[in-house]
Amino acid sequence: MTTLDFATAAELATLLDAGSISARELTQDCLARIKAHDQQLNSVITLCEEQALAAADAADQRRAAGAAGPLTGIPLLHKDIFCTNGIRTSCSSKMLDNFVPPYDATVVKKLELAGTVTLGKTNMDEFAMGSSNETSFYGPTRNPWDTDRVPGGSSGGSAAAIAAGFAPLSTGTDTGGSIRQPAALCGITGLKPTYGRVSRLGIIAFASSLDQAGPMTRSVEDAAMMLTAMCGLDLGDSTSADVPVPDFTAGLAGDIKGLRIGIPKQYFSQELNTSVAEKIHAALADLEAEGAVLVDIDLPHTHQGIATYYVIAPAEASANLSRYDGVRFGHRCEDPEDLIDLYERSRSEGFGEEVQRRILVGTYALSAGFYDAYFKKAQQVRRIISEDFKRAFEHCDIIAGPSAPDVAFKLGDKAADPLAMYMEDVYTLSVNLAGLPGMSIPAGLVNGLPVGLQLIGRAFDEQTLLRAGHVFQQRTDHHKNRPVLTGGIA
Amino acid sequence: MTVTPADVVQVAQLARLRIHETALNDVTDRFGRILDMVAELQKVDTAGVEPMSNPHDMEQRLRPDQVTETDERAALQAPAPATENGYFLVPRVID
Repeated sequence: MTTLDFATAAELATLLDAGSISARELTQDCLARIKAHDQQLNSVITLCEEQALAAADAADQRRAAGAAGPLTGIPLLHKDIFCTNGIRTSCSSKMLDNFVPPYDATVVKKLELAGTVTLGKTNMDEFAMGSSNETSFYGPTRNPWDTDRVPGGSSGGSAAAIAAGFAPLSTGTDTGGSIRQPAALCGITGLKPTYGRVSRLGIIAFASSLDQAGPMTRSVEDAAMMLTAMCGLDLGDSTSADVPVPDFTAGLAGDIKGLRIGIPKQYFSQELNTSVAEKIHAALADLEAEGAVLVDIDLPHTHQGIATYYVIAPAEASANLSRYDGVRFGHRCEDPEDLIDLYERSRSEGFGEEVQRRILVGTYALSAGFYDAYFKKAQQVRRIISEDFKRAFEHCDIIAGPSAPDVAFKLGDKAADPLAMYMEDVYTLSVNLAGLPGMSIPAGLVNGLPVGLQLIGRAFDEQTLLRAGHVFQQRTDHHKNRPVLTGGIA
Repeated sequence: MTVTPADVVQVAQLARLRIHETALNDVTDRFGRILDMVAELQKVDTAGVEPMSNPHDMEQRLRPDQVTETDERAALQAPAPATENGYFLVPRVID
């Protein structure tokens, strides 16, 4: 069954429909592969073997009854930020090491209704704060392309697992690049939808005006299929958008002749590795050869996006994370002297260093005397950044550039310097600030390590991104590159 | 702009975090460097620009004022560290 390891969900669905494999066999195959190889990667922190096999059997019965959809019986991993009823949901934090949610996130429910089989939960940066997966309470995830390197973050466990052939699909979340940057560094496809497209209900909150969940897959076609199942209005999330949900798979058909692709010069600035830049230019040439028209555009406040993000995201995080007080759920310190001692020790013991740093920055930015200079100012610059994109989209239909300034870096290289780590997301942060959809797709290898091409669309126009990405993946084979895993044999 | 360890201690109190004395200088240094980085915002002219709190400028949606939830207290309290008779237990607040 070795050929199944790197098959796309669409290919597996064909095999399931033909009866040449059952969902149970497929699930067993994935579980065996995770057990054989994940010791090296640490990408899956909770395996749900019994539940997965039961779900696989239910999927097989559903298919036998003629009621299967395109995702029925397809194995999937959830980032450990999605609440799963009865299954520990830790956000890779000591704070939630013991937290078993009493309900499912809307995304989890929707994918279950579609018939996917949840194999387990993936490792991540603690509370999604990080770009390397090194801030996880459960230890870092390693990149399957080179286990001395990071997979990116914060959805690094999801990206590494897809790249390693553990499952064809995973969920991720993206607050400043946390789907796109690890997708780039692990050589997979990752889509951050428009803000409001996917319900945030049951996703452990980081920065509520920026957070979005999206698909992480081996192909754009799979991302389209998975996104169709994930999105839609949810009255349980007051920011969920009331917009029609197209069949994104049906919308993949067609060409990109005449599609205007904006190239922001700020995305090719000095911090971009020159070999990565060459791969991006080659990918743009491929899109041009398919009939797209490249247009120079200007996103003048790209760099101020970093400062804007590192005020707004920590400020919202400091408010969201105030709920962890050792009282209702999560870590509680031993023998508290009084209520303040209970709060302070539970929080200081339960949160890791980066999370505490962001809570401090956010608290400071919101505190009396500094609110106008930091939080309000950042919200004003946020609008200016959003208007830069609106102006750019008068001249183009999508925007393209790199997803990250470099290929995967070595573990420990940036861990001691938060500002170096924050630069990882220089090309992705602004997209969250403006609430736009963004996608990273593989664009080749530099020294054996994957490079990601980022495509950015107008609000609620994921379809054009997906079509352009699909055209690209029909023309090129970059998304079919796979790492060689050493160690056990599945 | 310079922040002092005393500033950091004060912010930590507001955030209900306790910073080890041994870590205070490192925390202050990194905190200060982040503030220096975000100071770049001050270079942007924002006169007359409306702050943006939602990327689509969405209005808060209100739901009809109807009961939709059933009593799930037991399930919702199950993850709590300490409860009794349906209450969350905390250290004594009033002597």
